Amino acid sequence: MASTFAGVDFYDVDGLLSEEERAVRDMVRAWVDEHLMPVIGEAYIKGEFPRQLIPGMAELGFLGANLPEEYGCAGLNNVAYGLIMQELERGDSGIRSFASVQGALVMYPIYAFGSEEQKKHWLPRLASGKDIGCFGLTEPDYGSNPGGMITTARETKDGWLLNGAKMWITNGSQATVSIIWAKTGAIDDVKSIRGFIVPSSTKGYTAKDQKGKLSLRASDTSEIVLQDCLVPKDAILPKSGGIKSPLMCLTQARYGIAWGGIGAAMACYDEALSYAKNRIMFGKPIGQTQLQQSRLAEMLTEITKAQLLTLQLGRLKDKGTMTPDQVSLAKRNNINMACEAARESRRLLGANGILAEYHSMRHMANLESVYTYEGTHDMHTLILGQAVTGLPAF
Amino acid sequence: MKIAVCIKRVPDMDLRFSIGAGGKALDPAGLKYDIADFDGYAVEVGLRLVEQQGPGEVTVISVGPAAVQETLRKALGMGADRAIQLAADELPFDGLAIARALAAELKDGGYDLVLFGRMATDSANQTVGPMTAHLMGVPCVTAVSRLDIVAGGGTAERQLEGASETVAFPLPAVVTIDEGVARPRLPSLKGIMAAKKKPLDVRPAQFGEARLTVQSIALPPDRPPGRIVGEGADAVPELVRLLQTEAKVL
Repeated sequence: MASTFAGVDFYDVDGLLSEEERAVRDMVRAWVDEHLMPVIGEAYIKGEFPRQLIPGMAELGFLGANLPEEYGCAGLNNVAYGLIMQELERGDSGIRSFASVQGALVMYPIYAFGSEEQKKHWLPRLASGKDIGCFGLTEPDYGSNPGGMITTARETKDGWLLNGAKMWITNGSQATVSIIWAKTGAIDDVKSIRGFIVPSSTKGYTAKDQKGKLSLRASDTSEIVLQDCLVPKDAILPKSGGIKSPLMCLTQARYGIAWGGIGAAMACYDEALSYAKNRIMFGKPIGQTQLQQSRLAEMLTEITKAQLLTLQLGRLKDKGTMTPDQVSLAKRNNINMACEAARESRRLLGANGILAEYHSMRHMANLESVYTYEGTHDMHTLILGQAVTGLPAF
Repeated sequence: MKIAVCIKRVPDMDLRFSIGAGGKALDPAGLKYDIADFDGYAVEVGLRLVEQQGPGEVTVISVGPAAVQETLRKALGMGADRAIQLAADELPFDGLAIARALAAELKDGGYDLVLFGRMATDSANQTVGPMTAHLMGVPCVTAVSRLDIVAGGGTAERQLEGASETVAFPLPAVVTIDEGVARPRLPSLKGIMAAKKKPLDVRPAQFGEARLTVQSIALPPDRPPGRIVGEGADAVPELVRLLQTEAKVL
């Protein structure tokens, strides 16, 4: 029953986790070994999200796991939630992205900004995987500057009329419901941004896959077009207001991404370590050479630092004192760290490292997306710069 | 139906381990512990029997130090209803001593069925289940690969060398479970959260005298290094000769 992946724990970080947090981590780790690892290589090459895994993920409670039990969720603390993200991304960033979007970008806004009726209707359906959600914020011309969006929602006597286009939408083409962010006022009125729950069956709503991705291939990434898309008046998330609302969602998702980066890095380090000990060159394991030991020592050090940093972030989140700037630091650090670990592992693996049979290059390619989405590395640099100087440099 | 499943917390033997300084036990450093593999199957069998034939209750029982509570809570997370720790700082190696502690707990518990894994994956003695049955005075079927329970009794299938055997037995009974019966489920997140609220009773283990002790434990010797007998087609005759005369596999 135990996982075949032993994890990386050089500083007894396990000793800082509660029994329950370890139990959650071990369960997800075993699930990844049993259900995800056997199929991920082929799914990645085919460029398909492994949909068959959704019922199992939902049944075990991976979707919106840190939301309350009264809405059909597991009610976990944020450290346990982060550990789920870590373990899923140990398998593949695309699978973690699926769970992140469903939990942090679809269920969280309904939980935080929705009416009681919306919460009671949608959250159990999303937790059980009966509905799959996506988050429509980014537009073709507004990525790092989402406040500039040009998607509009106009109130009519029959409801809200949505027009616009969204891009780079994870889960977009498989989603049965979208959280769409649109301006209800003038096009330069950032305060008028509101969230809407839009079933994808709504007339005027279309989603299509973005083709030709060389990263996150086992994940759906889509473009959504809203053309005179009419939703009822009660489709608006009543407590959403201004660009702050979607940014609050992104803080939730980035928190999970910071954990996910550790998972991907651990997978790469584990693969590199095993390969280094077994690959014989010039009559000895390549792990006995200084160059490869340097790679491994660097990876181990950075993973350990990220583990401690992120665990403290989780404790702050559970205490209710975590700030978005702190999440920026963790997302920026951990994903950059994971990118480096994946690249170094791939290089250590030599020619074998380019094969899908090994995992490092898949992680390496995936992480370029993770580096770029949910606030690019550079944007988080500027967020931190502003946090410490008080001077925005955007 | 009232079912007890006796489970053991064991180190994961698939991970690298070493022998402790005294030479009589594994070095605990770096070991990861989990429910023994076959015991996981037994828990799954118990849960399915109650789910399919309910109403009923599954109690999981483990002997050992406080750490076994983590293993018991894992089984509670899978869906068991209650847990009992028979507390002992150390687990004796003598299966009879453990069986005495278990039988004392089980005999007045009103259990219809007591399940064990076929063996613990660390000590591999395969004794505790049958000895417990003997002390309880109930029938025992070992290494069962299929189990059917009907009113008052059951049938169990066992895999023999080249054949299978079906055994009928009355309840109450002890059955030890082989792999392949039912793949253990993972505890769901809700299950893990619910496990904290389920009853877990702690009572001292009554072993009596333990008469077996481990004298030493040793890892197998390293395999001798491989030998290169030549290269290309020229090496084939020598290779074949060595396979015939030395390795004796041809």
